[in-house]
Amino acid sequence: MSDTMESVEQFRQRAREWIRANLGPIQPWDISQNCENDEEELRAVARDRALQRKLFDGGFAGLCFPREYGGQGLSPEHQRAFNEELVGHEFPSRFAVPTFSPCASVLLEFGTEEQKARHLPAILKGDEVWVQMLSEPGGGSDVAGITTSAVRDGDDWVINGSKVWTSRAWWADWGLILARTNWNVPKHQGLSVFILPLHQPGIEIHRIERLTGETEACQEFLTDVRVPDSDRVGEIDAGWTIGTRWMYHERLGSNSPYVTRPEGYASESPTEASTVALARRAGRLDDAATRELIGESRMLEIVTHELQRRLSSAAASGKGNTDTSSVDRLFRAMAGVRRSTIAFELAGADAAAWTLEEEDGHGAPGMRFLMRQVSCIGGGTTEIARNVIAERVLGMPREASGDKGVPFRDVPRGARRG
Amino acid sequence: MWHTLTSEQELLRDTTARFLGDRVPLSRQRKELRHDPVGFDPGYWKEGAELGWTMLLVDEAHGGGSVSGRGAVDLALIAHEFGRHAAPGPLVDCNVVAAALSGASAGMGQDALGEILTGQAIAACCLGAAPWDLPGQGALTIRREGGDMVIDGTVRPVESGAQARWLLVTGRGDGGITQVLVPADAAGVVIRPLGSIDVTRRFAAVTFEGVRVSADAVLGVPGEGAPALARQLQNAAVMLSAEAVGAMDAAFAMTLDWAFDRYTFGRALASYQAIKHRFADLKSWLEASHAVSDAAAEAVADGAASAMEVASAARAYVGEQGVELAQDCVQLHGGIGVTYEHDLHFYLRRVTLNRLLHGTPADHRRLIAALQIEREKAA
Repeated sequence: MSDTMESVEQFRQRAREWIRANLGPIQPWDISQNCENDEEELRAVARDRALQRKLFDGGFAGLCFPREYGGQGLSPEHQRAFNEELVGHEFPSRFAVPTFSPCASVLLEFGTEEQKARHLPAILKGDEVWVQMLSEPGGGSDVAGITTSAVRDGDDWVINGSKVWTSRAWWADWGLILARTNWNVPKHQGLSVFILPLHQPGIEIHRIERLTGETEACQEFLTDVRVPDSDRVGEIDAGWTIGTRWMYHERLGSNSPYVTRPEGYASESPTEASTVALARRAGRLDDAATRELIGESRMLEIVTHELQRRLSSAAASGKGNTDTSSVDRLFRAMAGVRRSTIAFELAGADAAAWTLEEEDGHGAPGMRFLMRQVSCIGGGTTEIARNVIAERVLGMPREASGDKGVPFRDVPRGARRG
Repeated sequence: MWHTLTSEQELLRDTTARFLGDRVPLSRQRKELRHDPVGFDPGYWKEGAELGWTMLLVDEAHGGGSVSGRGAVDLALIAHEFGRHAAPGPLVDCNVVAAALSGASAGMGQDALGEILTGQAIAACCLGAAPWDLPGQGALTIRREGGDMVIDGTVRPVESGAQARWLLVTGRGDGGITQVLVPADAAGVVIRPLGSIDVTRRFAAVTFEGVRVSADAVLGVPGEGAPALARQLQNAAVMLSAEAVGAMDAAFAMTLDWAFDRYTFGRALASYQAIKHRFADLKSWLEASHAVSDAAAEAVADGAASAMEVASAARAYVGEQGVELAQDCVQLHGGIGVTYEHDLHFYLRRVTLNRLLHGTPADHRRLIAALQIEREKAA
């Protein structure tokens, strides 16, 4: 099949023409993700589903997915070309992460034929939005230490426990869940992966209000949820094999070759005021110190982009490994922290208080600053990323752990997890 | 540096690496070359020129040529080796001037280019005006007087200023940037050698006291030199960044080895989480520096619209973070890291110096800001 693959340049030309003919300009909700209220969010969701369907009907959905599941069987270079052509245009942003990466990527790698045939075309057509049910209230970065349990009962599994930080669970369709199926073995050896519809009796979904007032993330309480064994992904108790790839795809996130989103430096949200606009509003644009901050922010944006490009080309040439994505994760977080501090600094006192009309551009730097550390927490903290880089990339000795080789039921747990 | 190279590029890089290792090992630079007025043996630069060091940015019609068709990328490979070996020699300025003269018409410019290409002569940049200058700034003026150009002012530090036969002089005049090529022995050129933070390189202050050159010494049109200067700064950025990244590579590698070999309280340094986390940060800076430095070389080689911005991003980032990485390497070594006997200071010097030449990180940040402001105005 590869010998008949369309050349990237030919494909780019075709994609450009199709995008220009079929997709409108990028919209605020494509990037900011969080709408003013639930009604707006649900309208944006419906629109994203329709856009995903449009891509599918146009032959541009799932470019790197095999044809038998509704994809196009093309290469990561084709996806990159498409993403580059997509700059400035609307796109189904709510499908990018986590539906395509990690969820669909994990299904493609580990799902049964039946699972893939059922779900991958549905995802590509815009019918299924997925969430990942990984983190638990009892612990974030120690993913293998989860306590949600799945117990075999005839042809079913019965799941009990709680998952947290699942963005969009309140309206999404399916979940990929990691659960403990064996408590008598060390923690990594007793995990399994399942898929389940989110909206069913036994799953109670609470929305978490973050300090900004935004309520996109959710917590799920699972009580005797029955999942047929045919919805198990991979072997029983082999969930960690999947889990490491799952987290690899999660770290790739929107840089995954399975994800469609505009590629390039100019990825700033159109609703966020640029650093230049912030400085101008504060009356400080011609100040040399201000210029340096504007330049530094843009510099970090460029370096972040180029680092990601370097690491993915290393992976493609076989010179990187899954652990080097932690370098990207760490850098992106630290650069993001600095850039949000710069925006806050440039806005000056205007970041503190604003009128309703000014809210989008004006108030945002203050709010983003309050939420600054999220980029260092979500998806595994930067402390964990530093451990991974030191131990697995640089080969330094591993940290002592209290759970190595210990049956999970005997692992010491804090009061909250007991 | 790049993960994939052509075999010709690998040959170019490896030949230079071997040559530098043979001719200017740190053991020689530490001792006999330390007080040498030039900093390297007679013949070293000419032989380097034969290996291709000065020809990569010059087109074939003018006696140059690249290995891959992307001269700036090839040159970045050489510069990276210069950084890894903390090698002496006016790589940056000679290549900037050679590229600037590549399009020059016959006459003095062609003579100078021929000498630079063969390594017979050294060229130096006297950057007396720059795009990041604030209003009223700029060290040199170049004004028209009759049929001549008259240069006034002092520039410092100028690399190889006392060794150069040719000076590419940039100043303000005719309402903008003007560039002229000046023989170093022209009347009114006063050159004073300077001490510097790098034992491997030589600097001078160059003063122009009403130096008079004929109008055909002007590169391009008086007052309209800004675009040519921008290209020169991009070329300099590619080399300075690649060199710094080479030095960062070497400093990081030796510090990593140290962390495994050095034991305190019965444990290797590498086993302490505080140290591990510090190394993780250094690794992320190092990878990011590689990434943006390579991207700058590619953008400059391809003449991309983003070339100035990416080149300045490389200079601003690598300039800032290269020094932080090297200082952290000193800290992780402890006291031995500040001794002359240790190799580490050669790399600390290299990144520290490169940070300051052809625009500081602050200069480049302001330049990036100006580009962004222009872009948003146009949008």
